[in-house]
Amino acid sequence: MIQELTTTRHNELIDPVLHIWGWQIPVYLFLGGLVAGIMVISGYLVLKGQYKKNVFSCFYLPQISLILLSAGMLALFLDLEHKLFVWRLYTTFKIASPMSWGAWILVIIYPVLLLNTLIRIPVRFQNVIPPFDRLSAFINKHPLLIKNIGIANMLMGTLLGMYTGVLLSSLGARPLWNSAMLWMLFLVSGLSSAAAFVHLITDDTYERELLAKADNAFLTLELFVFGGFISGLLTSSRVHIQAIRLLLDGSYAAYFWVFVIGMGVVIPLSIQLLAVNHKIKHSPVAPMLVIAGGLILRFVIVFAGQESHWTSGWIR
Amino acid sequence: MARFGMVIDSAKCVGCMDCVVACKTENGVPEGFNRDWIEYEVQGKYPSLHMEIRSERCNHCNNPPCVYCCPTGASHVHDLGGVVLITHNVCIGCKACIASCPYDARFIHSDGYADKCTFCIHRVEKGLDPACVSVCPTRCMSFGDLEDPNSEVTRLLQSRNHHALMPEAGTKPCILYLV
Amino acid sequence: MNPVSRRKFLKISAATISVAAAGSAIVKGAEALGNKSGKQVKGVQKIPTYCDICFWKCGAIAYVNDGKLWKIEGNPDDPLSRGRLCPRGTGGVGAHYDPDRLKSPLIRRNERGREEWVEVTWDEAFTHIADKLQKIKEQYGPEAVALFAHGIGGNFFKHTLKAFGTPNIAAPSFAQCRGPRDVGFRLTFGEDVSSPERTDIKNSGCIVLIGSHLGENMHNSQVQEFAEAVGNGASIIVVDPRFSVAASKAKFYLPIKPGTDLALLLAWMNVIVREGLYDKDYVQKYGFGFEQFAVELTLYTPEWAYPETGIEPELIRLTAREMARYRPATLVHPGRHVTWYGDDAQRSRAIALLNALLGSWGRKGGFFYPVSMDVPGYPYPAYPKPQKVNVDNPDNKYPFAHEAITTGIRDATISGKPYPVKGWFVYATNLIHALPNEAETIKAIQNLDLLVVVDVIPSEIAGWADVVLPESVYLERYDDINVEWFRDPFVALRQPVVESPHEQKPNWWMAKKLAEKLGLGAFYPWKDIEEYINHRLTAAGLSFDELKKKGILQGSKQPNYFDEGVPAEFSTPSGKIEFYSLQLAKAGFDPVPKYNRPSPGPPGSFRLLYGRSPVHSFSRTQSNHILMDMTAENEVWINADVARRMELKTGDYIRLKNQDDILSNKVKVKATERIRPDCVYMVHGFGHNSRGLKYAFQKGASDAQLLTRYVTDPLMGGTGMNVNFVTIEAEASHG
Repeated sequence: MIQELTTTRHNELIDPVLHIWGWQIPVYLFLGGLVAGIMVISGYLVLKGQYKKNVFSCFYLPQISLILLSAGMLALFLDLEHKLFVWRLYTTFKIASPMSWGAWILVIIYPVLLLNTLIRIPVRFQNVIPPFDRLSAFINKHPLLIKNIGIANMLMGTLLGMYTGVLLSSLGARPLWNSAMLWMLFLVSGLSSAAAFVHLITDDTYERELLAKADNAFLTLELFVFGGFISGLLTSSRVHIQAIRLLLDGSYAAYFWVFVIGMGVVIPLSIQLLAVNHKIKHSPVAPMLVIAGGLILRFVIVFAGQESHWTSGWIR
Repeated sequence: MARFGMVIDSAKCVGCMDCVVACKTENGVPEGFNRDWIEYEVQGKYPSLHMEIRSERCNHCNNPPCVYCCPTGASHVHDLGGVVLITHNVCIGCKACIASCPYDARFIHSDGYADKCTFCIHRVEKGLDPACVSVCPTRCMSFGDLEDPNSEVTRLLQSRNHHALMPEAGTKPCILYLV
Repeated sequence: MNPVSRRKFLKISAATISVAAAGSAIVKGAEALGNKSGKQVKGVQKIPTYCDICFWKCGAIAYVNDGKLWKIEGNPDDPLSRGRLCPRGTGGVGAHYDPDRLKSPLIRRNERGREEWVEVTWDEAFTHIADKLQKIKEQYGPEAVALFAHGIGGNFFKHTLKAFGTPNIAAPSFAQCRGPRDVGFRLTFGEDVSSPERTDIKNSGCIVLIGSHLGENMHNSQVQEFAEAVGNGASIIVVDPRFSVAASKAKFYLPIKPGTDLALLLAWMNVIVREGLYDKDYVQKYGFGFEQFAVELTLYTPEWAYPETGIEPELIRLTAREMARYRPATLVHPGRHVTWYGDDAQRSRAIALLNALLGSWGRKGGFFYPVSMDVPGYPYPAYPKPQKVNVDNPDNKYPFAHEAITTGIRDATISGKPYPVKGWFVYATNLIHALPNEAETIKAIQNLDLLVVVDVIPSEIAGWADVVLPESVYLERYDDINVEWFRDPFVALRQPVVESPHEQKPNWWMAKKLAEKLGLGAFYPWKDIEEYINHRLTAAGLSFDELKKKGILQGSKQPNYFDEGVPAEFSTPSGKIEFYSLQLAKAGFDPVPKYNRPSPGPPGSFRLLYGRSPVHSFSRTQSNHILMDMTAENEVWINADVARRMELKTGDYIRLKNQDDILSNKVKVKATERIRPDCVYMVHGFGHNSRGLKYAFQKGASDAQLLTRYVTDPLMGGTGMNVNFVTIEAEASHG
């Protein structure tokens, strides 16, 4: 067993503990996951024909998604160290690089979201960009197209949600991220955050009730995924055990158990279970906790993951 | 096809850091950053101790995760000897490569791009050894073609026990340490 | 000091000079020099010179790219560097670019030590110094001026001060470093180990290191040869309270109780004599007084040594036999910085005796006989004869001191006895860090009428000076040629590679200008140093131009061992290897070394040990940004169990407090298995308090500051400094 490992290396952001990614990447991953969830939900609502009811969600969800996604992209851009060369992402496609996939997925997601936006242009934005109005009119003449836009949003949302997890889990050098459950975790967490978000802002009681229920399902599922994530790493090699112990009883345990599991999942789930069973009234508390929990989860996973290491996560 | 690598005799290495200093001056590595470094691994209980001293750097892996995860192709495998290089003006500084490297061999250069050991490819192309190898006062480092059965590195690997760093990470590193 | 008989024997006429190995890529000489006036040579120039980051003087090749210093490599023709520098030499680039360098001559404008200066011209500085020197001379005589100098760069100042009329010229390298070793070996073999050491490490089958930490102590040739020996499978025996880098290469590691090395040496010799393992032919042929020596040894059994040293008797026997197995190619290394406990000359003599038993002196794999080229000195006029004897060793108190004792000069400066010392010149040695007990040094300085410090950086001693003279770094100047004593004869040139960035000047220029100001111009008949070097080289039949191009000129191979024809002559009173020393007996010392138990420290304290870092030289490289990028501060090594008990972990900041309540700068803990629990260890040279050293200021702690006590070696006046004890004080502000 190694007792002392000393290095003379002292690279900024690398030593003594890797910390190349600050707030930008967790925020980007969270917003990406949130938008992914919103796209799935919004696509589903399109399929369900909610746009015909002209409710808040069909007017504004796609637009909010565009804004949130752009904010996420901005966070990602802010993280880049060689910003002037960002265009290099689009001079090539690297099949082995999740980040390249992400860059190109976004190229598809923006038009898909745009099409969703055009199903119902809010009154304020009507006749601002005439081609959009013409396109909107065209879409509304083809119900099958609307259905496909709904499906495309659900599909691309799922892809985006998965991608936020795959991005990390493909980085094999960080054992905490080395889990095939990570994409599932981020997807489900994105869905639960999105459900909470829509629940929070929609003006439609059907939607609110539906999404509260959906959120409970997502949160329950999330607990199972957490179980899988934890047990998967715990039953793996030494480095993976050391990695997951950062969350279980290591330096990130307090954040993980209190903010992510407790306040992010268990407490809001309990509140909403009572609410959907009409024991208490719906309130913004639970959805807000879910959203905060989703954000903190990204921070915990990104930060603790950087600390996890193949040799010496426990030595340094 | 050549496959460049290094064979480092940890029994001879005294950890003097001449390799690190030479890399700095040869390549103008900015202050505060290291393309190579020394690692001391101590096992046992005083006074029954074993210590291995290693000069470490990018392992120029045969299975390089940093190249796979790079979204722009800035990180790439060079035609000559499979050396892993970074094209500065293609790198966007996303740091995925840093996160992907189990050896933590990379860092962000003060100019913004990802940087690391190049095996001194500019010297190697002229038939010289990398700077670290060429200055080592203990002559504990050898550089050469791991696939050439007649090279010094191959001969050393055949004659002595050796190990790579974190072979379990699956990266197939090309720097090997004689024990 | 080198053996006189060898000098005679090995004089090499210029006709035997062989052309250095072909294939040297050096084409451009000094004409490639970068130029402040704007005329820069485009492209890469390679200029050979020799290094000055330590005193080893390795041959180097500096690369200048578009007129700017780029990198420095070893000169393949150089027998010392063998084409490879140590990290300090490679990092020498940082010395040239160091932003904290002294830039112009300075005269103090406030109390001493306040580091407040007026920038003056060189002429003003020399006038000021010359006036003061003349006044001292009138009042006290020229002997009242002393010079402390380190390295070859001091040659011209020595010349000027000898011309001025003082005999008081000292270097810390004697009484604070290798002096006891050279005394111990002189008493035994009649010769010094000298520098670079005549240790034949590369051919050794068995190498014994006693506290010597090769690899951390980066004396280039020795480390290269040590690695070569390790590669050849040499058996390494390391004796050290700390598991050094060398210990990690060892077959046998002996974790000795500090201060008890002499007991171990005596026990080893006891085993070797009792078991008849020594080289009987060699001892019989060259030895003197072996029988008496053997009788004295009988007491010192391994069982006797065990409670003293903590080394088990069986391990002592095993290692003694191991040494005997490889003799005469067994090298018991004499060490270099050996001023430890005040019994150092006798301990070094014990090392010499052990080597004598093994027959390694003059034998392959032991100690070779160094050779040199015959390059005559410059024919100067005779120096004035000092009216007074040297001030450092009154009444020959330390009868075996063959060089001046720095601390003796310091004592005389404080007491005014045997006569007052009123002027100090300090060249390239930071006395505040080099001498023990800083308070005494400062007390002596307060008694001076003039303190002149010549340095490249604003060291602590410069901070106390009245006049500071900024020197060009070695890459910017000519120095005296290095006519080295080593395995093979050679001469090396230091020549400028780039220009000095400010008003800095080379030592030869300062020494010459000062001499002229003092009316001693006759002692400098040459116009400039090139003329001086050319004169010396021409006298030896060598070409200055060729030396400029190659940096090194080698002589032909000469014998290095008795087997190769070196005559087995010993410059001792008996003309033999003195196992029993009548001259020691006559002077009232033990003719065969005797062991004295070291005094233990106060309860709960740790013995303070110190050593070297491979990337720093003394206290003079901590403003070199490249080397500081390697190691920016030192650490206190504390045994891991002790640290755990004290709730300290690696990276925590603490302060050390010594037995005299001196508190160190804050310094990091290194909690490690690699050291005994009864001592702590730190690298020397850090913890600068000179405000001029902005970059190095208070990084790490200074061991020298804590060395308030020392035990003076009765044979030669060396200062044993491993006699200080510290406790660990918590440091509130972490980070």
